[in-house]
Amino acid sequence: MNFTLHIWRQKSPTDEGRTTTYDARDISPDMSFLEMLDVVNDELIEKGQEPIAFDSDCREGICGSCCLMINGIPHGPERGVATCQTYMRVFRDGQEIYIEPWRARAFPLLKDLIVDRGAFDRIVQAGGYVSVNTGGAQDGNCLPVAKTDAERAMDAAACIGCGACVAACKNASAMLFTAAKVSHLALLPQGQPERHARVRNMVEQMDREGFGNCTNYFECEAACPKEISVQFIAQLNREYLAACLEGEGEK
Amino acid sequence: MKLDPQIPSGPMAEKWDRHRFEMKLVNPANKRKFRILVVGTGLAGGSAAATLAELGYNVDCFCFQDSPRRAHSIAAQGGINSAKNYQNDGDSIRRLFYDTVKGGDFRSREANVYRLAQVSVNIIDQCVAQGVPFAREYGGQLFNRSFGGAQVSRTFYCRGQTGQQLLLGAYQAMSRQIQTGRIQMHPRTEMLDLVVVDGRARGIVVRDLVSGRIQSYSGDAVVLATGGYSPVFYLSTNAKGCNVTATFRAYKRGAAFANPCFTQIHPTCIPVTGDHQSKLTLMSESLRNDGRIWVPKDGGDRRAPGQIPEAERDYYLERKYPSFGNLAPRDIASRAAKEVCDEGRGVGDGGRGVYLDFADSIRRLGEHTIRERYGELFPMYQRITGEDGIQQPMRIYPAPHYTMGGLWVDYNLMSTVPGLFVVGEANFSDHGANRLGASALMQGLADGYFILPYTLSNYLASNKQTPAPVEGADFKRCEADVRARIDRLLFIKGKRSAQAIHRQAGRLMWDQCGMARSEQSLKKALNEIPAIREEFWKNVSVTGGGGELNQALEYAGRVADFLEFAELLCHDALDRDESCGAHFRIEHQMPDGEAKRNDEQYSYVSAWEYAGDDKAPILHKEPLVFEEVHPSVRSYK
Repeated sequence: MNFTLHIWRQKSPTDEGRTTTYDARDISPDMSFLEMLDVVNDELIEKGQEPIAFDSDCREGICGSCCLMINGIPHGPERGVATCQTYMRVFRDGQEIYIEPWRARAFPLLKDLIVDRGAFDRIVQAGGYVSVNTGGAQDGNCLPVAKTDAERAMDAAACIGCGACVAACKNASAMLFTAAKVSHLALLPQGQPERHARVRNMVEQMDREGFGNCTNYFECEAACPKEISVQFIAQLNREYLAACLEGEGEK
Repeated sequence: MKLDPQIPSGPMAEKWDRHRFEMKLVNPANKRKFRILVVGTGLAGGSAAATLAELGYNVDCFCFQDSPRRAHSIAAQGGINSAKNYQNDGDSIRRLFYDTVKGGDFRSREANVYRLAQVSVNIIDQCVAQGVPFAREYGGQLFNRSFGGAQVSRTFYCRGQTGQQLLLGAYQAMSRQIQTGRIQMHPRTEMLDLVVVDGRARGIVVRDLVSGRIQSYSGDAVVLATGGYSPVFYLSTNAKGCNVTATFRAYKRGAAFANPCFTQIHPTCIPVTGDHQSKLTLMSESLRNDGRIWVPKDGGDRRAPGQIPEAERDYYLERKYPSFGNLAPRDIASRAAKEVCDEGRGVGDGGRGVYLDFADSIRRLGEHTIRERYGELFPMYQRITGEDGIQQPMRIYPAPHYTMGGLWVDYNLMSTVPGLFVVGEANFSDHGANRLGASALMQGLADGYFILPYTLSNYLASNKQTPAPVEGADFKRCEADVRARIDRLLFIKGKRSAQAIHRQAGRLMWDQCGMARSEQSLKKALNEIPAIREEFWKNVSVTGGGGELNQALEYAGRVADFLEFAELLCHDALDRDESCGAHFRIEHQMPDGEAKRNDEQYSYVSAWEYAGDDKAPILHKEPLVFEEVHPSVRSYK
């Protein structure tokens, strides 16, 4: 298969950036999208030109590193997959493909297709954990968790932190990401003692990072490679309301 | 170099308890005066960093990924072992210990493995307390499944994403400490050298992968948690970024490298489809709980799997190993797959594959249960192959996955360089010549949560150290070395990409030093590797500059280290003139093709000392003493 690629190139955060066109030739339909880019990059390197910078690591859809906007859709046309799990067989031979980075104020661009998603780490640092030190935990079976609750918590905990939800949202909102962590812990008995402080602190941090608000377009759910449900955003809103009604309390 | 494993005296079951009592402590008020450098944020590094910070130490933590949450532990699928015996099926600490020593084909250190089995029960409790959403029974109790090499169900799991959930637990614990300021996190930062001052590990030299800045960090101890080296074979189940650089640099600064030839080939991966592939994808071993492995009885049978009647199928694992069946250990299952494919009975294009068939389990349990049990795995298989693993059997083939070898450590997890500690896959200690499924997560978390924090405190309390400022001569020398190497890579401006050379070297390693090795093949590899290395240093193309985000430069540096390390691996494989666990020398096999150990001559850990770039490495031997488990012929029949 052959493709024409229009790729965002930007040397540094301060550089202006532009779209450059490349040809990808003799691509096997069994290649992943990133393997196709590897081929293009190898050709560039062999010609002494700088390869296209993009993030990727595990290449099996779990680490959340890869983050490409493909023809305007985060992670490309297939639902429920990360960029690394997008295979060339889903494209038409000869197709033009536009590849851009995630665009959001809270994700500053570093180079080409690489953005800084440190804002997500800071949201978790604000409270996305159970404050328990190593050692001294009681026996695991002393905390029974209903199977349905455990499954639901796992649905939320499956988030890989890739940022597709932000990239898909016209408000660049991080509500789905934040909701996933808040819900995961709120659904489990372990998360109860800090439940209210957690949601308040995480939402405040989310706002400080410059993410937009949610206006219920649900683009995030459609783009999420783990298909995390927007029902968790509803849960986040309920948790936040309950926490605010309770008053300031401990942070 | 002297290897002292520092194994405590006394009965096996009391060693760790006694050692914990005998180790020195650091007064709580004094802990904040120490600074620990932790490299790597997977299960071992993440849990170590979080726990050390909770204790009150200052921690600087480094990872090359953009966030500590992305370390490759995240990709572990199947589960984590623990001797909880919740299933009342006869499990115990002693049985987990026994299974692990036997699974490792009697090439691991008993005392370490016993301790691992002991702390395994604490790990589950700790992770549950953090909110890890383990699978549950309807009554709310924790659920277990079985894994290879065991006849009990002791594996805890979170669908097919156990590594992810355990890592997020450690990441969240770290995040809490980052918030308190006790952990300084340095993402997108790669360690490029170890700084040894007056014979002790006192710092590291790193490159900021965004700005390209070379910088040193000084501390009272250094912890390496930088994972394994499977990408020495180019294609493996590891992430693109996994590399040997940190441990290999430490080796060059005096840390012995142990058992590099013990590399695990995982039996259930999606087969290779072409040259373009950048990595291989694992299908969790847990699938062997419900999947049956088979090939056609006759070579050249090209019928679709559904067309092949029961009588014309060979369920070869069940046939050869009736008591463990499809749950035979990884090394045995991998070799059996290779054997049937070598006989011409492999399936799929190229004949390098066997079937993993769920039809019986679906009939017994229903499709819903099977899909629920394995979460992501069926959709993942379908995306990669375009086939539905429910409608027709999966096709699988072995692939490099995990490395049991690593830096040599004593019972305290300290390497031969005082003050350099090594945890998780990066060390060699617990898995011998073959790791059992669901034991990597266990070891990473055991090291990080429950062992290192004690032993590191003992080291700090026992050794008075003066400050080692980064302006010191040793730091400056290492920085200059790092800069010179980067300049050298940028100066070559050759014609081939680092990836092309990596692929070439990886294929050589896989063909000559992969699932089966011989004196002849190893000598061939040792003969050809220097030529590839020379080609690399003459003809690699590294574009861009050093003072910027430059992925070509990062990758070339890692490939350069693999090209040297590959030789060390082959030296070790050549020295070990026996078969054991995953190390299969075709000269040494039983009449039925099983690995034939030679305990008389090879019951030792090989620890290799760096002697100089143009000199052969020096072999040191740590004899293995078995007090509890008598080495026997490993039988899973």
